[in-house]
Amino acid sequence: MKIINLDHLSASPILPEVQEAMIDTIRNNYGNPSSQHRLGDAAATALEAARESIAGLINCPVSKEIVFTSGGTESVNHAIKGVAFAKGEKGKHIITSNIEHSSVIRSLKRLKLFDYRVTSVSVDKYGMVDPTEIEEAITDDTILITIMHSNNEIGTIQPIKEIAKIAKAHKVLFHTDAVDSVGVIPVDVQDLGVDLLSFGSNVYYGPAGVGGLYIRRGTGIWPMFDGGVQENNKRAGTENLVGIVGMGKAAELAQRDMEKRIIHSRNLKEKLLRELPDYLDEYILNGHPEESLPNHVSVSIKYIEGESVVLMLDEEGIAVSTRSACAAGALRASHVLLSIGRDFADAQGTMVITFGVDNTEEDVSRFLNVLKETVISLREISPLYNRSAD
Amino acid sequence: MYSKTVMDHFKKPRNVGTIENADAIGEVGNPLCGDMMTIYLKIEDEKIEDIKFQTFGCGAAIAVSSMLTEMAKGKTIEEAKNITNKDVAEALEGLPKNKLHCSNLGADALQLAIKDYEDRKSGKTKPEKVQDDKHEHGEGESCYCPYCDAEVEEGVSFCNSCQNELVQLK
Repeated sequence: MKIINLDHLSASPILPEVQEAMIDTIRNNYGNPSSQHRLGDAAATALEAARESIAGLINCPVSKEIVFTSGGTESVNHAIKGVAFAKGEKGKHIITSNIEHSSVIRSLKRLKLFDYRVTSVSVDKYGMVDPTEIEEAITDDTILITIMHSNNEIGTIQPIKEIAKIAKAHKVLFHTDAVDSVGVIPVDVQDLGVDLLSFGSNVYYGPAGVGGLYIRRGTGIWPMFDGGVQENNKRAGTENLVGIVGMGKAAELAQRDMEKRIIHSRNLKEKLLRELPDYLDEYILNGHPEESLPNHVSVSIKYIEGESVVLMLDEEGIAVSTRSACAAGALRASHVLLSIGRDFADAQGTMVITFGVDNTEEDVSRFLNVLKETVISLREISPLYNRSAD
Repeated sequence: MYSKTVMDHFKKPRNVGTIENADAIGEVGNPLCGDMMTIYLKIEDEKIEDIKFQTFGCGAAIAVSSMLTEMAKGKTIEEAKNITNKDVAEALEGLPKNKLHCSNLGADALQLAIKDYEDRKSGKTKPEKVQDDKHEHGEGESCYCPYCDAEVEEGVSFCNSCQNELVQLK
């Protein structure tokens, strides 16, 4: 069965050129970048070339400001806990928003066990943070603001540049979790004015299990891992060169093809949104109508539950995502959807579609047809649907 | 992650729908805890002649509902009283641990429907629907810790096993 992947935020294919670069590294470049001999030199050269590619992608002036990690989650943990530990003497207050990724939420929960205090600002119905609210939350002992660049569940893009200005004016460090943005839309660390920025690799067709953290020069931060002096003393452990080379190649391609990819995704998204009313009634689109990722659609379908939708679409070879509580292993509805005003039932019926380079207009048409049938049959089973028809 | 039997009942659920002028109705859950189920019974000579269900929930919840109706159909009231949540889960060849709470819906809804039947028979004021509050999950309640899968009591706000709070960050 041909699989139609409409879940690129969960997993994107590794592009052939990226695969080639990784395989070439496995075959011909197994050295340790820290070694003094020529095996090490070759590895170090490849490592720094990848760093330059990443620096290019996010317009980082000095590639040394990029630290390679095992992925977005480690980057976020490092940024938040690393700053908290380094600045703990100065203050113990951190500001965040109500719709962050679990890596942010749980890092902050962990810090609360060490007497850090957290202020979490609310978002509007589109999932947008109000920078004024962040400024008002700043106190004398605020050490860090962490707000995501774009949201994985609803696609909303935050006013990061504005928040960065506020942070700077109050001499507070600012981290943005840009895992879903980097490589997908233009992200420029200099223009944004952030101190720290987390990113991964798979969303722009590099391998999973590798990512990075931009740390502006002069930012006080502790390493997460203690050990050797790799990564400018900020991340101990022999580098995952195969993954990093893959990420570097993916970054290079993302920078080269970004405009083309955005147009492609946006066309599919627009087709989907335009035709959806012909296939589905009683649904709510989540996220900001304009300030949103071009490849992202979030729909709350009334009276049905998300995991059932995922399973039924999977039977037809279509992959989508849900944050329904029952599917995600947690027993609670998505905090993001509740924060933007969805009720429990609607939050449960939410489906997330993320397009990629491998999708076509035919994919969207097939998806719409299958979705229509799926929703009809699930609503037939649903006690909520009949109740509302009464 | 689901067994073949679960997927079969999920894909082709048996006994879906409502029964007009049902002799008894049982309803459990609410969308807050992820799922909700209503059972309708048609009873003749103390025997379940027909049974229908409607469920709002995940794959496991739908499969549990379907299997339960298959198990109860044709049974006498006394026989049906012995059907437990565990029986349903076993008939489905097991459920993932974090889905066991879904299986609690099934037999609970059936037992409530039976109670509704007996109440009506004994002439008690018959409510339109019997609603059980027992499984309404409030703030931070869960049967299994969503982080580490350890069993936690309903209503606790902290998992002793993994030290995670079980409420949303405020």
